[in-house]
Amino acid sequence: MVSIKNIHTLLAENPFFDGMSEEHLETMAGCGRLAHFKPGEFLLREGDAADTFYLIRSGDVAIESDVPAAGPLSVARIGAGGITGYSWLFPPHSNSFDSLALTDVSAIALNGECLRGKAEADHELGYQLMKRFAQVMLDRLQATRRQMLDVYANGRPADAASG
Amino acid sequence: MQPRAEMYSPMHPHAFRVLEIAEEIPGCMTLRVEPDGDGSGAAFAPGQFFMIYVFGHGEVPISVSGDPAKSGELTFTVMAVGSVTKALCAVKPGGVIGLRGPFGSAWPVGDIKGRDVIVMAGGLGLAPLRPSIYRMLYDRGDYGDVALLYGGRQPQSIVFPQELADWREEALIDVDVTVDTAGREWPGKVGVVTELLKGRNIDPARTSALICGPEIMMRFSAYALLDLGVAAENIHVSMERNMKCAVRMCGRCQYGPFFICADGPVFSFDRVERLFKIREV
Repeated sequence: MVSIKNIHTLLAENPFFDGMSEEHLETMAGCGRLAHFKPGEFLLREGDAADTFYLIRSGDVAIESDVPAAGPLSVARIGAGGITGYSWLFPPHSNSFDSLALTDVSAIALNGECLRGKAEADHELGYQLMKRFAQVMLDRLQATRRQMLDVYANGRPADAASG
Repeated sequence: MQPRAEMYSPMHPHAFRVLEIAEEIPGCMTLRVEPDGDGSGAAFAPGQFFMIYVFGHGEVPISVSGDPAKSGELTFTVMAVGSVTKALCAVKPGGVIGLRGPFGSAWPVGDIKGRDVIVMAGGLGLAPLRPSIYRMLYDRGDYGDVALLYGGRQPQSIVFPQELADWREEALIDVDVTVDTAGREWPGKVGVVTELLKGRNIDPARTSALICGPEIMMRFSAYALLDLGVAAENIHVSMERNMKCAVRMCGRCQYGPFFICADGPVFSFDRVERLFKIREV
């Protein structure tokens, strides 16, 4: 059995929560638990209720979508220190992608419904959380846009331009 | 009558015979060639290019992708995207092509000795960087930390996969590879090449970077390095334009105040950063 104190310590050690007050970390720890996954197990499934997000402590996680006729394709991979699961923040609170453990994964699971309730009751906590998630989502959005630009397409421009 | 000494002309292609041609990935071939007995040499500096003449089809500028220490032969890696490169990729072993060069500026592998080096490559952009990697591997003790960060579209579009695996195995340099999308069988990372900079312990004051790939990839990579504090003069990019004469005469490769064929293709980023922001250039 892992105590709330331990979750609090683990949250405090995570760079995602740098600058968060002890009080808020304590509040959040009440929504957290440790989670472990074996390779091939899903942390999140596309379409399921987004009631959890994960702070990855160790291991590798693939963010996937199943493409008809092509099978599951990874669009991102996350390692230690990464986060998977943003959909708990916004209606309709359902996961948009699969998150699959590629290796043994240890994570802190935070209950989204619990956190939403606490953030509604304490807007400063909500702001602190939203500020951090906004930064991560901005980074992910920019990376995704670069992927969409297909920046490696057609090799070197000279080959195409010169013949 | 004394035979007149042949004058060197940079416009005169020399015959080179194809020793080997092998497919890297679909549509992309690597050729090894050697001089075909006319006395021309095969020396070059990493980052330089040759004009390759496929007889009956035309000329294309192609950077050398092989080992600069291998005297007497040259290696090129070519994507078949136009009529000349398609013809070049179809040349058989024993076939003869014409070469002019080497032309242009080189990666500053000598000047950056003693520094940490980040090599960032996108897609086929690894090919022009490969000679610089060979050179750094030969003189490994002369450099600090060396990392190769390589991005491709998919696992099956990665060029020189065996060499990447060998370099990773040898552990003389840190090799990190990412692709835009992958199936579950892919053991590596997924995301754009700039993501590979995250979490890296970089000392910007002692870091130099060599970047090669499509221009948009180089732009994002250079800006990511600038954000980390690496100075623009320590970031080097290899530019490409439609080069024809390769000797600063025709103007086809003009890039702002520069001619890529002679002032480049390798530029420090502080010299070209302004041009990256001008859409019409």
